[in-house]
Amino acid sequence: MSAQTKQFKVIGQRLQRPDGIDKVTGRARYGADIDAAGMLHGKILRSPHAHARILSIDTSAAEQLNGVMAVITRADFPTPHKGFEDVQDNCMAGDRVLYDGHAVAAVAATSKHIAKQAIKLIKVQYQVLPHVTDVEQAIQPDAPVVHSGLVSRRVPKGFSENVVRYSSFGHGNIETGFKAADAVLERTYKTEATHQGYIEPHACMASMGLDNRADMWVCTQGHFWIRNMCAGVMAMESASLRVTASEIGGGFGGKTTVFIEPVVLALAKKSGRAVKMVMTREEVLRATGPTVSTMMHVKVGMNKAGRITAAYAKLFYQAGAYKQATVDFGAMPAFAPYALENVKTEGLDVITNRPRTASYRAPGAPPACFAAESAIDELCQELGLDPMEVRLINAAKGGTKSSYGPTFEDHGLIQCLEAAKAHPHWQAPLEINQGRGLAAGFWFNFGGETCVSVFLNNDGSVTVTEGNPDIGGSRASISMMVAEELGIPYEQVRTTVTDTGSLGPNEPTHGSRVTFAVGLAAIKSARAIIDEIRARLARMWEVDVTDVVWQDGAAHYTGNKAGTFEPLDLRQVADIANNLGGPIAGHHEANAEGAGVSFGVHIADTEVDPETGFTSVKRYTVIQDAGKAIQPDYVEGQLQGGAVQGIGWALNEEYVYGEDGCLQNTGFLDYRIPVASDLPMIDTVIVEVPNPGHPFGVRGVGETPIVPPLAAIANAVSRACGKRQVDLPMSPPKVLASMQKA
Amino acid sequence: MSHSHVSTTINGQAVQYACPTDASLLEVLRDQLGMTGTKEGCGSGDCGACSVSLDGRLVCSCLVLGVEAQGRTVDTIEGMADKNKLHTLQTKFLEHAALQCGICTPGVLVAARSLLEKNPDPTEQEVRYWLAGNLCRCTGYDKIIRAVLEAAKTMREEQA
Repeated sequence: MSAQTKQFKVIGQRLQRPDGIDKVTGRARYGADIDAAGMLHGKILRSPHAHARILSIDTSAAEQLNGVMAVITRADFPTPHKGFEDVQDNCMAGDRVLYDGHAVAAVAATSKHIAKQAIKLIKVQYQVLPHVTDVEQAIQPDAPVVHSGLVSRRVPKGFSENVVRYSSFGHGNIETGFKAADAVLERTYKTEATHQGYIEPHACMASMGLDNRADMWVCTQGHFWIRNMCAGVMAMESASLRVTASEIGGGFGGKTTVFIEPVVLALAKKSGRAVKMVMTREEVLRATGPTVSTMMHVKVGMNKAGRITAAYAKLFYQAGAYKQATVDFGAMPAFAPYALENVKTEGLDVITNRPRTASYRAPGAPPACFAAESAIDELCQELGLDPMEVRLINAAKGGTKSSYGPTFEDHGLIQCLEAAKAHPHWQAPLEINQGRGLAAGFWFNFGGETCVSVFLNNDGSVTVTEGNPDIGGSRASISMMVAEELGIPYEQVRTTVTDTGSLGPNEPTHGSRVTFAVGLAAIKSARAIIDEIRARLARMWEVDVTDVVWQDGAAHYTGNKAGTFEPLDLRQVADIANNLGGPIAGHHEANAEGAGVSFGVHIADTEVDPETGFTSVKRYTVIQDAGKAIQPDYVEGQLQGGAVQGIGWALNEEYVYGEDGCLQNTGFLDYRIPVASDLPMIDTVIVEVPNPGHPFGVRGVGETPIVPPLAAIANAVSRACGKRQVDLPMSPPKVLASMQKA
Repeated sequence: MSHSHVSTTINGQAVQYACPTDASLLEVLRDQLGMTGTKEGCGSGDCGACSVSLDGRLVCSCLVLGVEAQGRTVDTIEGMADKNKLHTLQTKFLEHAALQCGICTPGVLVAARSLLEKNPDPTEQEVRYWLAGNLCRCTGYDKIIRAVLEAAKTMREEQA
């Protein structure tokens, strides 16, 4: 039966998550919520300079302070395993600090208070070096160089050594395409760095025995990766480190890598005690997370009929102090929503004296989409075309050769656009000073390394063990899929996120992969249980296994001796399992493929105050293809949350660096994420075009919602104030200045 | 660091502790009393994750000293449910899926309870402004606002 016609019993219901009660009563344990006997408190000393050589570090006074049990610097770290050099250098600086907030030394002490005092006693001599934090300045041939000798072969000449990577994608001939256009638009767009802004700061506790075997409790999106990275940085075997993931207080991509974890391990090793470290918000903003900042040149040609004849983008992405591939994930999706004959995108990776960038929900895509969708919107205005019709005319379909190479399988972009067009929001009247913006967005989605085990318990209940921290209700969705497959009630299944010692490796909760890939592996594990039950009952009944079918939660004999054997449900099977060969379990290990691409369409209404340039969001609608929504509440939640993060990126979030190269807004007061009073309700429409790569049709939904909002809001603001906005965030002074320009 | 002896009432129970004079109420709750339901998101009063009620007034416990609880009453998330019965706000948060990661949830619930004690029939805008000091990065607030409005309605009906 295909996913389209299948009638579901559990899937699609708005069931409550198994961790819900713990989370509304304060019982759930997050990263900072665990203590150990005799535990020490760790604290990191961080660089006050954007770029400096470390001449000396004197830790003697700190070591002599009563209560200090360990002080470490880079000298206490081993040579890392190959491939983990940058990770180690980012966790603890070597001979140079590369950004404001870079870790220089760390202490473990008997109290937080003493640890804080000890940090102040460490004396570091710096030789301050020239720095660069702005992407446009960093590419100039005479810019201060962050790392020498990293430039890869394909990078074009004419830039500083900070431009370290080059990538390009596309097909056709854009010059021919531009000649065929009735209008060609060329613009340069800029976006500032933002932070994922999870409310839970990074937190970790670890202990290490004299045999160098260690245990860690940490808030992370992927404890298997934390284990691998810690092992790489500390030159350990992965098996000697067992990592347990706490409940996680938000991640959005920013908790897929290590910052404090190897430092805590090094402190635990040196002190011989359990060590706990919790970052302050200032540390979170200075030393973790941020996204790229960008400068993007875009050129788009369109004919009078609204057909895009050629599209080109050249993206400079500022990646922080180390080489990154994020720009590829801007260059590939920039024009992915459209079927184009001539398209070319180029990506240039630029290093600067800023924190190493980390993933943030569809990493790389939102800025590129902002540039591409802004250009298309402006061309619609220039040619007097309806932006919805132009997107419908150009929309990619199943079978379209994508702008980044592969040919698309079936997906729901057209259905999303049709749903947007039919939505009352699209036709609703606007008031004075208001504008409506439309944008489409794309994200690849991902599957990846996944291991799941499903156990039939003695009483017939079912335990699912998986390895992906649950941020938004995935344990509920996985339990629902297993219950559906086994034909049993949701309440009979409990899904647990297990530690790294209890399951094979799993990639983190990233790439919108969990409901897709873990769900897929859980379904296949459940199928393995069904097949095992069928085989055992066939032996017991002495019948052919093909005559034993699993239906509605029970094994039925369907052969020519029908009526001889009563159906057996899961509880009855569990009762006799031990007499039929022992416990019954299913497991599945795979590098899950077939994730299914994802498209979304957003409509935004904004009002711009002509006196102040202040923008308020009046109405917002998200339409997205979920393939199949397992638990619609949680799909809507992803759509709403992603959209609001994008609204923040568009309107008020930005990293502000001073002339000294230091971050100036290191708290939630100055780094302002959207608050409840900034927003309207966020309306959602879930479109379901099943993903052929999943038994129930699931597509990941987590990342796509942050891709269109930057453009949707920019298009709305541009139309509201009559001036095209090309520089994010659209803070009131910037918008006002643009309105006052002739 | 000198310690002060404090006698206070937390979630209806008489509690005594000795805390450093510079310790925040949040540190006392979490580190000394093991009440980790109250969360720290910023330590500077900007995020609301540490919201508690102090003599019925909504405060950020990171901005209150532990010694300031002397002779007063503190209400935290741990005291919100009545033994085995969830508070209506808690029930509505679950029914409306008003949480994703859940780290802001204790603070949001404590703040929302404080609102409904003062204003049992708030408008959407009143809820949005009251909760403007409680940052949530996951939900976009939509389902939180709906859950609070729905809880207010149910509580009014129960009172009637």
